[in-house]
Amino acid sequence: MTPVLEAHGLVKRYGRVTAMDGADFELSAGEVLAVVGDNGAGKSTLIKALSGAVVPDAGQILVEGKPVRFHGPLDARRYGIETVYQDLALAPALDIATNLFLGRERRRSGPLGALFRRLDAKGMRRDARRVLDELGIDVKSMTQLVETLSGGQRQAVAVARAAAFGSRVVIMDEPTAALGVQESGRVLELIDRIRDRGLPVVLISHNMPHVFEIADRVHVHRLGKRVAVVSPKTHSMNAVVGLLTGALRMGDDGTIEEVGLTTGLGRS
Amino acid sequence: MTTRVSPSEFILRTPAIGPAIALVVAVVVFGLTTDTFFNVDNLSLVVQQSLVIGTLALGQTLVILTAGIDLANAAIAVLSTLLIAKLTINGTDAPIALVVGIVAAALIGAVTGGLVTGLRLPPFIVTLGLLTIVTAASRLYAQGQSFPVTDPTLGWLGTTQYLFGQIEVTYGMAVMLAMFVGLWYALTKTAWGKHVYAVGNDPEAARLSGIHVRRTVLSVYVVAGLCYGIAAWQALGRVPNADPNAFQLGNLDSITAVVIGGTSLFGGRGSVLGTLVGALIVAVLRSGLTQAGIDNLYQDVATGALVIAAVAVDRFSRGRQR
Ligand SMILES: Nc1ncnc2c1ncn2[C@@H]1O[C@H](COP(=O)(O)OP(=O)(O)OP(=O)(O)O)[C@@H](O)[C@H]1O
Ligand SMILES: [Mg+2]
Repeated sequence: MTPVLEAHGLVKRYGRVTAMDGADFELSAGEVLAVVGDNGAGKSTLIKALSGAVVPDAGQILVEGKPVRFHGPLDARRYGIETVYQDLALAPALDIATNLFLGRERRRSGPLGALFRRLDAKGMRRDARRVLDELGIDVKSMTQLVETLSGGQRQAVAVARAAAFGSRVVIMDEPTAALGVQESGRVLELIDRIRDRGLPVVLISHNMPHVFEIADRVHVHRLGKRVAVVSPKTHSMNAVVGLLTGALRMGDDGTIEEVGLTTGLGRS
Repeated sequence: MTTRVSPSEFILRTPAIGPAIALVVAVVVFGLTTDTFFNVDNLSLVVQQSLVIGTLALGQTLVILTAGIDLANAAIAVLSTLLIAKLTINGTDAPIALVVGIVAAALIGAVTGGLVTGLRLPPFIVTLGLLTIVTAASRLYAQGQSFPVTDPTLGWLGTTQYLFGQIEVTYGMAVMLAMFVGLWYALTKTAWGKHVYAVGNDPEAARLSGIHVRRTVLSVYVVAGLCYGIAAWQALGRVPNADPNAFQLGNLDSITAVVIGGTSLFGGRGSVLGTLVGALIVAVLRSGLTQAGIDNLYQDVATGALVIAAVAVDRFSRGRQR
């Protein structure tokens, strides 16, 4: 079956730093794919390339097998790819409803909207309320400014935005990083529900128990590229940690072996 | 929705509230302490005196909302008055000259916006450069002269009418009011306005949300330029003479009005209502202090202190949120 979203040989350099160094990626229909890797491994850069926020220097991205070129986040959005960025991408001085619809505001019907470009503020507030309620996110008012929300509530708003508008892929870059146990649980439930809707989810997380709880497959990223894809059913957390730190290596046949001990400097 | 809002959030959400209270207090204080302040003619004059700076400040507000600043706005308006006056004196139809002057101001705004977005230069530097260039261009164009205008179209905004046979109003006031309503609507009721705030608040978040950041910023400078062109028309309505040396501190005065009006220099927060109030506060302060017999220089001291206080309030109210 053709992957929903795939990438081959992505490269992105920032001056002398190579954030992506020939990264491959593959997301199948209906799955939750976890992307794990150390800090600075290039996970965020990878998903930014997949969501149009970063234009790679080389490599190819395909949606349903067709090559695409994203010049900005809007291009990816048009393909139904929605993203929760690591730093959330919310405007703190604007309210929740405005943030939810930012960049895709809805106008009133009739001449007021067509001629005077009047926004349908009431309708957008109502829909924002519905979306947040569905996700069990508890905020008083849709006109509350985002800067008055707790870190967890903000994250919830960002997640809600992606979940509400994603129609092909939902990408989440550490969506539970600022959340407490209960709120994290909600996000995991939400990911489950998105998968039930038939949408595949890409989840970046440092939280191995979360990853093993929810992911169908785990993409291991190290030094700017994918080094392995494993199933949580057949591999242990220790194996995944070993892969992402470089202590273990996956061979071409899919077997996992220890990396040699004779580097001259001893084990690294 | 009838949710209760905490006082600090109310201030955050309605940044014009502080300035509005200050304005009322100032008016009452001057009204009680001087005999002449509450005089209808005086009040009308106060408003008339704030028209040019107020109109410049409306454009300045848009720019500051995007976390920019425009040091060239008054210089652009002055060049525009010269263009309008000289063209008319040389035989161009006044309405055409007027349109040319206003469009020229918008074009200079487009150049500013182009330099800011295209070359990613800081607005402070771009407009500092343009201030120098435009001022020089005005002087070259004027050749040391000033240009009196007599055409009724050009002076139309200064035409007075009497409301209830008592209150002196000018067409300039109506135009200012109309501009204010238009900008208020655009900023609060349209997607463009939301984008302006978002871009000033956090440009990267705006970009990731799919907003065309550069296009938005460019459009802001063009609309601001239009405001400066209309400010030129207002200026000719007040004083029917285009003078290359006029409004030399207009840029700073407009920033003063914006800041006193509660708009944040850090971008993304503020309102045109605040700016209108801010412009009135400056005019009321000047008029009231004059009538209380206080020296011009002390008036400057008072205005300066108000600016610093306004920025401090802005910092403080946001400091508590994070
Ligand atoms: N805009 C940028 N400019 C310069 N360097 C960058 C930029 N974005 C990322 N990098 C660098 O690229 C590398 C990969 O960064 P990236 O954010 O993709 O890592 P990550 O795997 O998401 O890390 P984390 O787990 O900490 O979020 C890092 O060394 C980072 O410093
Ligand atoms: Mg990251």
